[in-house]
Amino acid sequence: MNVTIVDYKSGNISSVINSFKEVAQNKVKIEVTSDLNKIKSSDKVVLPGQGSFKSCIDALNTINGLVETLNDFAIKNKKPLLGICVGLQMFADVGYEETETKGLGWIPGKVTKIDNQKGKYKLPHIGWNEINIMKDSKILKDIKDKSHMYFVHSYEFVPNDKNAILATTNYSSNHVCAVEIENIFGTQFHPEKSDKIGLKVIDNFINL
Amino acid sequence: MLKNRIIPCLDVKNGRVVKGINFVDLKDAGDPVEQAKIYSDGGADEICFLDITASNENRDTIYEVVEKTSKKCFVPLTVGGGIRSIEDINKLLNCGADKVSINTAAVQNSKVVIDSSKKFGSQCIVVAIDAKQNGKNWEIFTHGGRNNTSIDAIEYAKKMEECGAGELLVTSMDRDGTQVGYDIELMSKISSKVNIPVIASGGVGNLDHLVEGIKLGKASAVLAASIFHYGKYSIKEAKEYLDSKGIPVRI
Repeated sequence: MNVTIVDYKSGNISSVINSFKEVAQNKVKIEVTSDLNKIKSSDKVVLPGQGSFKSCIDALNTINGLVETLNDFAIKNKKPLLGICVGLQMFADVGYEETETKGLGWIPGKVTKIDNQKGKYKLPHIGWNEINIMKDSKILKDIKDKSHMYFVHSYEFVPNDKNAILATTNYSSNHVCAVEIENIFGTQFHPEKSDKIGLKVIDNFINL
Repeated sequence: MLKNRIIPCLDVKNGRVVKGINFVDLKDAGDPVEQAKIYSDGGADEICFLDITASNENRDTIYEVVEKTSKKCFVPLTVGGGIRSIEDINKLLNCGADKVSINTAAVQNSKVVIDSSKKFGSQCIVVAIDAKQNGKNWEIFTHGGRNNTSIDAIEYAKKMEECGAGELLVTSMDRDGTQVGYDIELMSKISSKVNIPVIASGGVGNLDHLVEGIKLGKASAVLAASIFHYGKYSIKEAKEYLDSKGIPVRI
């Protein structure tokens, strides 16, 4: 089996690569590429994302045919895909960071700024927060409710269909931190930076 | 609920730890990778490396250290010291650092903060502020505390937030190395002024100081070096103590 981490030149993905390689050891091949053919032929795809919603979407669009390839992979062929942080946010129809930007539209909803309640809550939401698991999922297998995960973000994904929500976290209000629709998975937190418990999420994805 | 973070900081010089943990079972007390691993296994919420390498020819040693550490530690890694340019930041991030902490370069040219936060995202740009009290005010010092800029620290903190810093690492030069506790007034003034998280640094001598930094200094995270290095307290003890004082921590 091989897992491809999409390298679309947006932000720093070394930690994602390191964590997947740590979990995979030599049993699973981890590819890091923007090569469309390699993405097409891989078993699973990881879509990381750092920076703003707009900068990530722009970076995806810079690589000719990449969005189409990802669409085929996740929507047409229904192969497993994991979005991390802005990688998850891009599943939405639209994002409002910097300016209104069209997303991939895989999970209907929008990405808006976390309400800081007039400065009561500092942004970004940085650090370790508990996740409230809303429903069972293969990707959260053996992860206990109220486990701590590492977060860094100022924007949240608000899906229209609440059934897509796997887990929430509380900061200012309860917001979505893990989603699943069929073969599409996403985490707002950074499993690659969430110590052993985060590596378990990665392990779960690899072993789907 | 978001937890307050405890961040042990390791001073690294020419690729080796200065003032390391004196654990008897440590194979190589000067190895930053091994020390960082001990901290992350012990429950550190993040790891910070401060590169204090003086000579330019040895500056590349930090890249190797970061690369090795990021393959063994899966908690956030912040690297500071001697960062001058976007290129320096790019290299550190590519080696596996999650955040960089910019000090002198940010004072000299705030464009570094503006450009780097745009390019890499605010989440990885920490601005380090070294401040010293002068009467009722605090002034910014650069070059490891040697140069006084006369810039007001509180105003500067606000400016750095506007430039795109994701966090501020505030060190009191009056307290650094004294072990008498953080400069609470400085921390709380800056924390109240900005809407981004503040990491308190400089002066920790015991666990009550960590409590004060969070409760009174309003810091989101507390950074300490020597109390952990010399094995006076473990990260676990520190967390249990904070927990007993009603401070939310990840245990």
